Amino acid sequence: MTSSGQALVEVTGIEKRFGTTRALHDVSLSIKAGQCLGLVGRNGAGKSTLVSILSGLVEPDAGTVAFGGEPAPRVGDTARWHEWIATVYQHSMIVPDLSVAENVFLGSTPGLVSWRAMRNRTSAIMRDWGFDIAAGTLCRNLSVEQLQIVEIARALARGAKCVLLDEPTATLEREAGRRLFDRVRQLTAGGVAVLYISHHLEEVFEICQDVAVLRDGEMVLAARTAELSRDDLVLAMVGQNHQTPSTERPVASLVGHPSPGSGATPAGEDVVLTVENLTADSLRGRLSGVSLQVRAGEIVGVTGLLSAGVATIGRVIGGAEDSSGGDVRVRGRRVPSGRRDVAQRAGVGYIPEDRHREGFVPHLGVAENVTMTITKRLADRFGLLSPARRVAAAGPLTRRLSLVSSGPGQPVGELSGGNQQKVTVARTLAHDPSLIVAITPTRGVDVASKELLLGSLADAARGNRAGVLLCSDELSDLDICDRVLVLVRGEVFTEFTEPPFDRDALIVATEGIAQEAAE
Amino acid sequence: MTSNSPTLADTGPGISTQPAGGIGSWFSRTNVGLLREVALLPVLILLIVVGTVTSPAFLTVSNFAGIGQQSAALGVVVVGESLILMIGGMDLSLEGTYGLAPMVAAWLIVPIAAYGDGTDLSPYLGIVVLIAIGAAIGLLNGLLIVKGRLNGFIVTLGMTIVLAGLQNGIVKAQTLFNLPPAFGYLGAASIGQLPVSLIVAVVIFVLVGLFLRYQRTGRAIYAVGGNPAAARAAGIKIDRVKIGVYVAGSVLAAIGGLMEAGRVSAVTGQQGYGEGIIFNVFAAAVIGGVSLKGGRGNMIGAASGVILLGIVQNILTLDNVSNYWIEAIDGAVILFALFLARIVGGESTAETS
Repeated sequence: MTSSGQALVEVTGIEKRFGTTRALHDVSLSIKAGQCLGLVGRNGAGKSTLVSILSGLVEPDAGTVAFGGEPAPRVGDTARWHEWIATVYQHSMIVPDLSVAENVFLGSTPGLVSWRAMRNRTSAIMRDWGFDIAAGTLCRNLSVEQLQIVEIARALARGAKCVLLDEPTATLEREAGRRLFDRVRQLTAGGVAVLYISHHLEEVFEICQDVAVLRDGEMVLAARTAELSRDDLVLAMVGQNHQTPSTERPVASLVGHPSPGSGATPAGEDVVLTVENLTADSLRGRLSGVSLQVRAGEIVGVTGLLSAGVATIGRVIGGAEDSSGGDVRVRGRRVPSGRRDVAQRAGVGYIPEDRHREGFVPHLGVAENVTMTITKRLADRFGLLSPARRVAAAGPLTRRLSLVSSGPGQPVGELSGGNQQKVTVARTLAHDPSLIVAITPTRGVDVASKELLLGSLADAARGNRAGVLLCSDELSDLDICDRVLVLVRGEVFTEFTEPPFDRDALIVATEGIAQEAAE
Repeated sequence: MTSNSPTLADTGPGISTQPAGGIGSWFSRTNVGLLREVALLPVLILLIVVGTVTSPAFLTVSNFAGIGQQSAALGVVVVGESLILMIGGMDLSLEGTYGLAPMVAAWLIVPIAAYGDGTDLSPYLGIVVLIAIGAAIGLLNGLLIVKGRLNGFIVTLGMTIVLAGLQNGIVKAQTLFNLPPAFGYLGAASIGQLPVSLIVAVVIFVLVGLFLRYQRTGRAIYAVGGNPAAARAAGIKIDRVKIGVYVAGSVLAAIGGLMEAGRVSAVTGQQGYGEGIIFNVFAAAVIGGVSLKGGRGNMIGAASGVILLGIVQNILTLDNVSNYWIEAIDGAVILFALFLARIVGGESTAETS
């Protein structure tokens, strides 16, 4: 198989509507063997629909899908479909209580299972592709990265000639992401076609030879990555009337805004959050004695590897997880550990890491989710809540965040990922917190929404004098911060106090390597 | 974003550009409240037509008053179970509470000759005792399940057996009779043709329905059932809401038991567990669209579930269907109603998501 051959997967003139919404219009795309094609687009641009069509889950209203020149099998004939194309989803499709081998052959086992044959074939695939996971291991015991390898192995075991990777690095640490790129290169070198879907444009530039951009259901750009700049790509994603300077100004101007009291004594009522010697045992990474302060109007970033305790410190301060020692004080008042309700009353807003799990109630409406933190304020003295007051209270927040929905009653579960995250942020801003703890608030969110979300946090700090603790391993999130703490193995390794922060220096610090000369 | 999105966002109900989950979800979204709530209406109309055709005694005020009186006690328990299902819990022991609470209260009230314990408690205090017993059982269940993190199915299954055992043990399987009028009033009395139990049950349905729709804690029940982690992250005291709902559910079951005791003017060792009412309680709630997975359901649905079961029972009795076959037909009708409600209610009544 060579990359110059005929298209392995070819879709032409795809149309798809859901009710009154046009999801895809005249979309064409082709992938050759050995090619890695990037697919980018904002949340709601139609990527998921295209993935569903390519995976044989949804039938297009018009247009054709062809594999190796032949028409694709009918929708629903998953077994034959999987011989051509297999999708590795963002959310793991692994059954945790089954072994690696069983997961690799999930759904494609014959009537009688030969355990030995299944293990042997799994081991053979792992060996051929240089993956290092024992076939008999229980998937519950694997890391996120290893689970993804199992999913890739599953695709290969079914003989798929094209692998769809949907946001593959969203749940991976940086190093694991790098290893994934090696694996993708290995796959393409072996003649497999890869469709790589990502919000991270730098990843696309790194491993994709070609890139296709979806916007509002149309394919607006398809070109070789080598011939494009990052700005070209952003422009294609966002549209012609997107003016780069005006969108970046709110965020960029903040970087320059004077750090309140940088160098001054932290004493006084200006201190919103004081954390002393905080320890916690957590599956997400332990904390071993972290102390920090956040002043009113200040944005403090906390970054590091996923296992370094970045999410843990946010969760503990937000009251979502127990600490095992140390002190958290908000405006001087001690907040007991693991009590989210008490923390909220003390003024701690909390934007959780996993919005699907903690961010919203899927079948309740937008307005109700946004006002969930302020029912007490909206209710009369009998605790009665008028739906009209709820909608009125939610309106300004949803407008400020440009939240797109069919109305205040639309269930949040039906919104796109970026809009769901806006609901979670709006819910937090609603109760005017004096401290906002945000954990990876821009994960899985498109470029424009990302700027908007970060801008709203910056506004809360600047306008409402709220302290913001931004826990993120996404380095570009940290641009809005006044200073950044780097955690390594649950301890503060170093602190960057002078924005703008040097990207490379941050990366080096997260790995626990000291800079030779402090600035 | 600032330059191009206002056109979408500022017009308020703009068009969502994200793909929705197909025609079904679009259909149910536009009609979501209404269709769900009246999903059982066609089935009810069909049943009333069948009843009218097959029996001249069916479409009469006295027959409907009878259906109302017979369904009232079950209905009050269904309200309790629906609340518990909505927070994502389940309580099998409501049938135990439904039997034991009136049993203990009556035992303290009636004279020794009627198998009482000789305390000769005032019937009004007896009702206070009944409610206290309900609350205590609910609290115990709630604490075990929420604070003790035990499985609700197993806890309440064990509790059912304990309660039924106590119910039999206390009076050694005798029947308590000679209930004073004040104790039996709720279940036995009528105002004109209207049974008091029916009035009370309707009031409970309406109040709980309004509570669920407009009250903070009522809304919190949907949030806790729909996604407990998100509710907690939004500052809702989910443990307190859950335990409170278990207590309320058991109190309602005790009140239902009081109605039943009044209606038959006795408390038997069989009331509740012995009759196996919990099956009908779950059936009515689920037919009425209350999800076993929590977060979904409303009182209009639950009430139509209760009415539907009551009418089916009534028709089968009026048509002299053989006792040997009545359960099979009853069960088949329930399955049919469930299926129909699912079709009419659209995607939102589907159990898998």
